Amino acid sequence: MNKQYILGIETSCDETAAAVIKNGTEIVSNVVASQIETHKRFGGVVPEIASRHHVEQITIVIEEAMKKAGLDFSQLTGVAVTAGPGLVGALLIGVEAAKSIAFAHSLPLIPVHHIAGHIYANRLITEMQFPLLSLVVSGGHTELIYMEEHGHFEVIGETRDDAAGEAYDKVARVLNCPYPGGPHIDRMASEGEATIDFPRAWLEEGSYDFSFSGLKSAVINTVHNAQQRGETIVPENLAASFQESVVEVLVEKTIRAAKEYGVKQILLAGGVAANNGLRTELQKAVENLEGIELVIPPLKLCTDNAAMIAAAGSVFYEKGIRADYTLNANPGLDLESFSIK
Amino acid sequence: MKILAIDTSTNVLGVGIVNHEKVIGEYITNIKRNHSTRVLPVIDFLLKDCGIDKSEIGKIVVANGPGSYTGLRIGVTIGKTLAWTLKVPIVGVSSLKLMAASGRYFPGLISPIMDARRGNVFTGLYKYEDQKLMLVEEDKHRSAEEWGYRLKEYNQPVLFVGDDSNIHKETFTNILLNNAQFAPSSLNTAKPGELGLLGKDLDGEEAHLFKPNYLRLTEAEAKWRDENREV
Ligand SMILES: [Zn+2]
Repeated sequence: MNKQYILGIETSCDETAAAVIKNGTEIVSNVVASQIETHKRFGGVVPEIASRHHVEQITIVIEEAMKKAGLDFSQLTGVAVTAGPGLVGALLIGVEAAKSIAFAHSLPLIPVHHIAGHIYANRLITEMQFPLLSLVVSGGHTELIYMEEHGHFEVIGETRDDAAGEAYDKVARVLNCPYPGGPHIDRMASEGEATIDFPRAWLEEGSYDFSFSGLKSAVINTVHNAQQRGETIVPENLAASFQESVVEVLVEKTIRAAKEYGVKQILLAGGVAANNGLRTELQKAVENLEGIELVIPPLKLCTDNAAMIAAAGSVFYEKGIRADYTLNANPGLDLESFSIK
Repeated sequence: MKILAIDTSTNVLGVGIVNHEKVIGEYITNIKRNHSTRVLPVIDFLLKDCGIDKSEIGKIVVANGPGSYTGLRIGVTIGKTLAWTLKVPIVGVSSLKLMAASGRYFPGLISPIMDARRGNVFTGLYKYEDQKLMLVEEDKHRSAEEWGYRLKEYNQPVLFVGDDSNIHKETFTNILLNNAQFAPSSLNTAKPGELGLLGKDLDGEEAHLFKPNYLRLTEAEAKWRDENREV
């Protein structure tokens, strides 16, 4: 079998990333230029600034990925790029760069859905076993995705309002944590105790959907009420109580879906997969289940990166998915529109 | 040597191919439609139509601003990625200078206009001297009215170029009277062939460092700067 080398490019939010993956599973190079420091002073990602940074970083990052891989463009099998969802102006930079490289070297161009990328980060750790269930949690997403085979995606649950990561960021802001707040809440939670009883949004019976806006408001109200009454709140306990509510709902729904769908694997994906509270509780819950393997990628592959885009691109390439030079960035790209079945 | 010229600074999408001194291909549209889906297909089409292989491209010229932020990034990203990966030089030419090139035979000053909302414009001042386009006042983000009074001091005819000059026609005419002249629509769409010629003799820039000249901070940065200056 010929070796397959896919160059992946990812610019959907505030990381400019490029990577080369061999045969869909092996990381040859994985370069990420983060903009976190730039956006810190604004307390969040400023889309126009993110786009400006991507333009300045894009060729540097791709060059580094190619150099580390020790490959020439002529040795590539194809170029995979995040086409959406994400910030439209940010996505555009990766899309235009990928199209230019595909054009310059007459390479196949493979469009990749960002969430498919997060899921396929797991394939860089261990081979996927179907059917499987993936819990995707990030700043922009909270979704339960069922896969019967490679390239098949069925969204069985998603958030109806805020993404889990968004709730983390907002709670972090109330507690005056520096941006990005998620890791701070996670650390504080580990130092505190869940003393406050926050709501759990289970929604209708049997639903795999999520909702975090009620919880977010409850946390904000608790802080404001305490301030008005002149009471002090132990931030660590507040963080622990908030995190317990988020994690309990995520884990319970994931386990229930895993049983109902009879899956062989549960894959954790997305930036919030780096959260220790979530990792620990999910691990505990899966230990009680027979025949289900839990896969959690290392931190570096949970946050946005291009290795995951190339890994997904490798599978899409084999399935014959191609884009032409009219490919556009699509901020609202639908995952199921990418599904093979 | 073949030069590929790309202009996506405004609603005008322009791709041109110049061979030595000669413009051999131009594609221009002036419609409000996404540049992203169209620029590479146009480059591909035009090269093929002119019978040129991409390996023959010896230089890339991009109109690098000011203009629509997103539009500029599309042209600049395609230009710098192609230049870097094809290992050819890239040069930037002011998008306003490119527009000003329409006034080649105008005996006076040329002020290319891009609307920047709220009574503001992106503009500079240019002049042809011995068939060479010279910069008189640098490209800047300015109030249209103040620009009108500034131009009045020259006491010379001024040609306003670009579709957006119509938005400020009244302002300029009120201030400059008969000295304010406006280019017809056929000269308002910047010619990508001209872009290739303007960049032909310029020294290549480092592709990695190539970026748009937005001529303006982002709103978030401007606000942050103001807030932190007061303290
Ligand atoms: Zn992500």
